[in-house]
Amino acid sequence: MASPFLDRDLYVRPIDAYIDPPVPRARAIITHGHADHARSGHGAVLATPDTIAIMKARYGEDSARQFQPLEFDTPLQVDDVTITLKPAGHILGSAQVLMEHRGQRIVVTGDYKRLPDRTAQPFELAECDLLVTEATFGLPVFQHPDPLDEIARLLRSAAAFADRAHVVGCYALGKAQRVIALLRDAGYDAPIYLHGAMIRLCELYIARGIPLGELRPTLGTGKPELAGQIVIAPPSAIKDRWSRRLPDPVLAVASGWMSVKQRARQSGVELPLVISDHADWNELRQTIAETKAGKVWVTHGREDALVYHCRQQGLEAEPLNIQAFEEGEEGEPEAQGELEE
Amino acid sequence: MRRFAQLMELLALTPSRNRKLEALTQYFRETPDPDRGFALAILTGALSFKNVKPAILRDVVLAEVDPHLFALSYDYVGDLGETIALIWPHHGGTEPLPSLSDLVELFNMTSKSELPRLIGSLLTRASINERWALVKFATGALRIGVNARLAKTALAEMSGKDLQEIEEVWNGLTVPYADLFAWLSGKADRPDIDHTARFHPLMLSNPIDESKDLEKLDPADFVAEWKWDGIRVQLIASQGRVSLFSRTGDDIAAAFPDVTESVFGDAVLDGELLVGADFEPLPFNDLQQRLNRKVATARHLADYPGFVRVYDMLFDGNEDIRALAWSERRQRLEAWFATHPQTRLDLSPVLAYRDWDDLAEIRRRGAAEQGHEGVMVKLRSAPYVPGRPKGLWYKWKRDPNVVDAILMYAQRGHGKRSSFYSDYTFGVWKGNEIVPIGKAYFGFTDEELKHLDKWVRNNTVASFGPVREVTKELVFEVAFDSAQQSGRHKSGIALRFPRINRIRWDKPASEAATLEEMQVFLTAT
Repeated sequence: MASPFLDRDLYVRPIDAYIDPPVPRARAIITHGHADHARSGHGAVLATPDTIAIMKARYGEDSARQFQPLEFDTPLQVDDVTITLKPAGHILGSAQVLMEHRGQRIVVTGDYKRLPDRTAQPFELAECDLLVTEATFGLPVFQHPDPLDEIARLLRSAAAFADRAHVVGCYALGKAQRVIALLRDAGYDAPIYLHGAMIRLCELYIARGIPLGELRPTLGTGKPELAGQIVIAPPSAIKDRWSRRLPDPVLAVASGWMSVKQRARQSGVELPLVISDHADWNELRQTIAETKAGKVWVTHGREDALVYHCRQQGLEAEPLNIQAFEEGEEGEPEAQGELEE
Repeated sequence: MRRFAQLMELLALTPSRNRKLEALTQYFRETPDPDRGFALAILTGALSFKNVKPAILRDVVLAEVDPHLFALSYDYVGDLGETIALIWPHHGGTEPLPSLSDLVELFNMTSKSELPRLIGSLLTRASINERWALVKFATGALRIGVNARLAKTALAEMSGKDLQEIEEVWNGLTVPYADLFAWLSGKADRPDIDHTARFHPLMLSNPIDESKDLEKLDPADFVAEWKWDGIRVQLIASQGRVSLFSRTGDDIAAAFPDVTESVFGDAVLDGELLVGADFEPLPFNDLQQRLNRKVATARHLADYPGFVRVYDMLFDGNEDIRALAWSERRQRLEAWFATHPQTRLDLSPVLAYRDWDDLAEIRRRGAAEQGHEGVMVKLRSAPYVPGRPKGLWYKWKRDPNVVDAILMYAQRGHGKRSSFYSDYTFGVWKGNEIVPIGKAYFGFTDEELKHLDKWVRNNTVASFGPVREVTKELVFEVAFDSAQQSGRHKSGIALRFPRINRIRWDKPASEAATLEEMQVFLTAT
């Protein structure tokens, strides 16, 4: 293929715009609302309406000078580049960015998954010449199980320890709503209790047409009332003083990282739930093959193994090593990854 | 297998000791013989399969997975068994896995050439969790925070029997423990264990605090012996049969036939296992050649003949004399030696001294001239008390100071050592916690470094960049010049010039030093 019109820092040269830039830029295309992809302070932002709503809810109405919504699968002509946002299946509003320019097709996946999830628009495949793929779980040890089986384990445990609260650590945007939706789909219709940090984004999901059943704030609920109940909280809260309000809590964490028991064990997680919003190793490989891309750039995660795999398949592949500026920048990258943004 | 896998997962993930005990108790109660016996054997490390080794499992996986991808994955996961369980690419089959007893049968009966196919098909049939438990069952490398003692405690709780009663007969039992479970469930008497198989918990000593202890102790109440530089053993001779137990109750008789075959008479003796001809002990490194081996080679038997230097007697014939004072036991021991001249046992001599200053001088000269590790100081009137009773036995080690510390973290070295985990951080007990007290990267041979590196890789529990956290199981004897108070370390102690004096492959981590014991060095140096 001709040399790509996309630079390795995801700068789209012909239209002077960046995709998911980590620092404020004049023009940004945002794949989804997680903090390592969506930052405040850009000039003009192009994103799906859901992503814009999420950005406004998290960072404020004026967190960018100008928001331009673009519906899924609706080509937008900017100079001589055609931009189409394709559903990525990662969280509500998450998109892949398909760009066509002088016969060359480039897809930047952002974060994605291919398993069904009623809280996100389902992934759509787009063929391309250059694929920029994420690789959060880019090692063959990551083979995500059926999330409904994981939810069944949570429900079994909740039934077995009726005098204990089950607190599920999950990221406030996306994972929390997915876990709640999975619980509902599994027939769990009791009220689900929320840590304060979860409430606003759950309300946003409901307002945008994703029913989550009855949700109650944990704050103000008596300790005895929480026995046998399921509580959703950010991972940072479950081992913090906050969890003292819960009766003898079973610590669960919903994340793709939980597949490694030895790690779950070290972080004190009693009930690891392997529920991920990212493609696992098999989905990553499947997607790369199906896009028919001849060239693959790998970013956001474990690039080495996936690059190696692509080269074994005869594809041109390179790691991007994009510097991700994490919120707070605390701790080691490993621990931040657990949040699975 | 499903039930066993659930148990294993719960044990691995529940931090609470009580919940682990509950889970074990429930499992042993609900699971029929012989499956529960095999589970018990795996949990206590009593079961292993001759042909099912990690290398075979690795080969089975490498036939299906690209080696480079496997290496990257193993590096990330850090545990071979878990890597295999997670990376196995084939899933299917609705047929449940065989029961534990059927698995044992399969692993034992299947020929080496057929094993890979068997293992592959089992891995494919298993669910993710079962695959994880299956690999642990097959290799015996559990790493789930359960030790033999916890399993035995669960048996005691389940049955209402005394833990000590179980421990006494434990070494004489055989897998899958049908007679043990019959006794525990009240259907039979306690298994009648051959006297030679009965291990008696050892009496241990405390380090002496020169500044505090000596002035309070009357030298006339005590006796002194050299502190021998071998490994502690219990030797049981009864009606022509001889057992040799390490300090943790492992039977090591098979590795020392030269000792066991030459002993005669009936007794239970406590002493130090050493190597050397004519009762002249060779350095500990030479003894090391014969440890951790299932059987002794002819060359080892010739170059490093074993003997036991005896310092105490627990049973005289069949008579339990542990309640007698040391002085009476010593008389019995000397009398026994007089009537049973031995070729591979000798008596540890009692050292004559006038007062503590005199003994200090003996100790100093012994260290300087004969390389003695130090002296043992024992109360004449003390009975033989299992455990580590206070005030009865003291060890007074030579200078420089040494401390038994537990390996916590290992880091890759530099230059020609850049591929080896050669920098070690070690710690001591502070209550139930281990706190780091220092770091050392020399004091061992290249050969030992290879073993250490391998051990670190096989026992990693977490990786932080170049640093690996390991299971807290390996004890180092660390030598150091002095210890100072330090606000920089969690332990509050900083060691000056620490080096690895010796790797104590034989010593359980539970017997490493405590922070409390370390205080002695702060005052003494």
